Amino acid sequence: MTFLSYLISGLSLGSVYAIIALGYTMVYGIAKMLNFAHGDVIMVGAYVCFFAMTRWGINPVFGILLAMAVCTVLGVIIERLAYKPLRAVPSLFVLITAIGMSYFLQNAAQLLWTPNPKVFTSVVGNASIKLFDGQLSISVIAIVTIAACFVIMAVLSWYINNTKMGKAMRACSEDKGAAQLMGISVNLTISVTFAIGSALAAVAGVLLCSAYPTLMPTTGAMPGIKAFTAAVFGGIGSIPGAMIGGIMLGIIEIFGKGYISTQLSDAVVFAVLIIVLLVKPTGILGKQINEKV
Amino acid sequence: MATPERPDVKLVPVPSTNIIPERDVDKEPILEARNLGIDFGGLVAVDKFDMAIGRTEIAGLIGPNGAGKTTVFNLFTKVYQPTRGSILLDGRDIQNMTTVQVNRAGIARTFQNIRLFGNLSVEDNVKLGLHNQINYGMWTGILRLPGYWKSEKLMHERAMELLSIFDMQRYASHRAGSLPYGAQRRLEIVRALATNPSLLLLDEPAAGMNPSETAELMKNIVKVRDTFKIAILLIEHDMNLVMGICEGICVLNFGKIIAKGTPSQIQNNPEVIEAYLGKKKEG
Amino acid sequence: MKKNNIFLIYGTVIAAYIIIQLLMSAGAVTSSLRGQLVPICAYIVMAVSLNLTVGVLGELSLGHAGFMSIGAFTGVVACMSLESALPPTLPRFVISLLVGAAFAGVAGFLIGIPVLRLNGDYLAIVTLAFGEIIKNIINCLYVGIDSRGLHLSFLTNSDALNLEEGGTVIINGPMGIAGITKLSTFTFGFALVLVALFIVLNLIRSRAGRAIMALRDNRIAAESIGINVTKYKLMAFVTSSALAGAAGTLFALNYSTITAAKFNFNTSILVLVFVVLGGLGNIWGSIIATTVLVILPELLREFNDYRMLVYAIVLILVMLATNNATFKNTLRELVNKIIPEKLIKRKEGTTDGNS
Repeated sequence: MTFLSYLISGLSLGSVYAIIALGYTMVYGIAKMLNFAHGDVIMVGAYVCFFAMTRWGINPVFGILLAMAVCTVLGVIIERLAYKPLRAVPSLFVLITAIGMSYFLQNAAQLLWTPNPKVFTSVVGNASIKLFDGQLSISVIAIVTIAACFVIMAVLSWYINNTKMGKAMRACSEDKGAAQLMGISVNLTISVTFAIGSALAAVAGVLLCSAYPTLMPTTGAMPGIKAFTAAVFGGIGSIPGAMIGGIMLGIIEIFGKGYISTQLSDAVVFAVLIIVLLVKPTGILGKQINEKV
Repeated sequence: MATPERPDVKLVPVPSTNIIPERDVDKEPILEARNLGIDFGGLVAVDKFDMAIGRTEIAGLIGPNGAGKTTVFNLFTKVYQPTRGSILLDGRDIQNMTTVQVNRAGIARTFQNIRLFGNLSVEDNVKLGLHNQINYGMWTGILRLPGYWKSEKLMHERAMELLSIFDMQRYASHRAGSLPYGAQRRLEIVRALATNPSLLLLDEPAAGMNPSETAELMKNIVKVRDTFKIAILLIEHDMNLVMGICEGICVLNFGKIIAKGTPSQIQNNPEVIEAYLGKKKEG
Repeated sequence: MKKNNIFLIYGTVIAAYIIIQLLMSAGAVTSSLRGQLVPICAYIVMAVSLNLTVGVLGELSLGHAGFMSIGAFTGVVACMSLESALPPTLPRFVISLLVGAAFAGVAGFLIGIPVLRLNGDYLAIVTLAFGEIIKNIINCLYVGIDSRGLHLSFLTNSDALNLEEGGTVIINGPMGIAGITKLSTFTFGFALVLVALFIVLNLIRSRAGRAIMALRDNRIAAESIGINVTKYKLMAFVTSSALAGAAGTLFALNYSTITAAKFNFNTSILVLVFVVLGGLGNIWGSIIATTVLVILPELLREFNDYRMLVYAIVLILVMLATNNATFKNTLRELVNKIIPEKLIKRKEGTTDGNS
């Protein structure tokens, strides 16, 4: 029974990682940059939803929608102001800019909302379903999170494969120059990618804080790094890869906590990542690109 | 255009897989490829490639674009592991060698798309070629022990000497990446020569050069062979260069050898003409 | 000016040391700045060593703080264990530093063998992972000393060390090390900076350093001329780790308490920012960027709550200003407007006259 309950919390945490990792991987695929500020967009999303629910008493569903809207705008603005001017330079410089942006968001949040932790109330309440005569209890938020992850994954896959914008995204990630020559607006496509990624980050933020209710300006940092790890784990740039990587990471983390040691769970996660990369140097579903001689 | 002078050679057949200039016949070929082949995921890129190169021969590897010429170079230098066949360098099988070991064993090359150490100086590029020729350890370098000064002096002198082949000493302190295109190609040859090879592979050495530069290059290739007494195999699309200095030519099309012989034999080979110009209509 | 003009670098560093010493003896250095002197030295060594990996070898590392951490903890353990056996400070400090560097170097070697086979962002993520693993492991580590020698325990608590009466716990799991005798002084820090500069600058300008830079510029070409890729990648990585370890010991011996959490991902990133802002492969730039960026938050004290926000904005603006052409031109026009053209012209005139 403990195994099952670990598995479900692992799946639930993994789903949150997967949703964040989707944003990472989409942005990486198209802009070839590691957007370190992505984790902090999660935090902003969670704060927006938190204030919408507690201060203004808005229905949680609208709270989530509001958070998504705010994060979408935020993501697009960040891209336009900080990343777009650096599109032609080596990715390391963009990485540093992204780190600057991450510091900025964290410190702005600290000024706006104080560094004191807020207790986030779950968007679906604290109900749980009891199974096997109460031996196994599954929280509703875990079920909602897992469901949300699968729905998002399905919709996103459909969108990427079947719409004109999805096709433009795939074209831009292959070759921006050629895409431009085919009449695709690269700027618009990148903006849409950031918009989608940031909206997903808002959802992830709300789901994360519903399960782990401490909200601080640094809340997004560690899940951000983990999700980044998950994206690499699955093969960065690959959407199913991000999903698999996220879920596996969540499960490994919870099992590591449960069966090995709470203190060492992160070490276990990262050790598995290293082993995977040593066996498959570009992640589980990553493409192997050989330099032409 | 003036063709550089070269010793008149007669190609004689040898029991091996190729024809070798007369002066090299009594010696073992420097490189021998037997039934060499490589597949890329089911696609046969090179197949049944047999070739021998004499100790002091200038040989040419020609063929239309995409024929697999650079792939052959990559097989010779073990950038790719051959699917079939064997390569003997100086009689030794290089099957289990890495690119680095192949270079130490005596094959040096240049690249079609220039690969210099662009941020380093011209002199440093040549000194890197001398890396395995003049040796001293990491701590000798850090602590500036006498071995450092002695070896660096030697390296500097040798680098300058090598640069002088192409009259490039004055560029020594320039950034390699800032050199004009032709000079970058020449520097690649110098760097390759610095590794003290017995076989030098040149991948399109005249690409992007104007006719007078090409003529100069032809003279220099012959000079390099005569000075260092080494074999040179070159891939080139400039037929004046190939026909002017190569003693043996091997023509590749769709990964297979379609002809081998002296320049005059190749020029009159109907299969070669067809590969380059397409089939002539009957009548 | 050449990128790594050695006389300029050594000269300026030594001059800066003398000036600061003079100012200190005149009492002109504020205590908050004085407290920053050893950390600045440690961070300079960190930045110079990371520049060896990122700028000279050309591989992105996001876990440099992990090596600093190993150096800090092993160095302090060495220092505390030797306290009775070797009372004089200087030799004890030097031995601790060497122990820190050696352990970090060995860790760099063990990590480097598998990691350096990867490329680009994958290598970056694995270094990040190792940094986090090192932090986690030290958090679970308990080390104590008594008359029988050192005792080690993992994942338990300090009682499991079974120390004799009178034995002391050195590393106490997540609580880290407390009660460190502060041995680091500005002079020691300065000496370490000089040693690090000596090693890195001389390495770069030698046969091995050339090979390392060749790997950065073009790995395939380097292989084609017989340069052993693994050997030189490891050489750069291990040297870089060992120097980071020494920096860690210096840093730790400046505080009475240290915890593994101090050397987390953010510290790695902080040092990476120093390196990138100073210029990849530019040792002189690393020194300047580190000094400015460590002091900057101190100078921004008047902004108080806003200082980290200002820091973040400065960071973004500097990246934009140094890398975006439009931004650069606008900035230049702005500067031209502020500084009258005559002034610039006259400056040029005088240099012409001299030459």
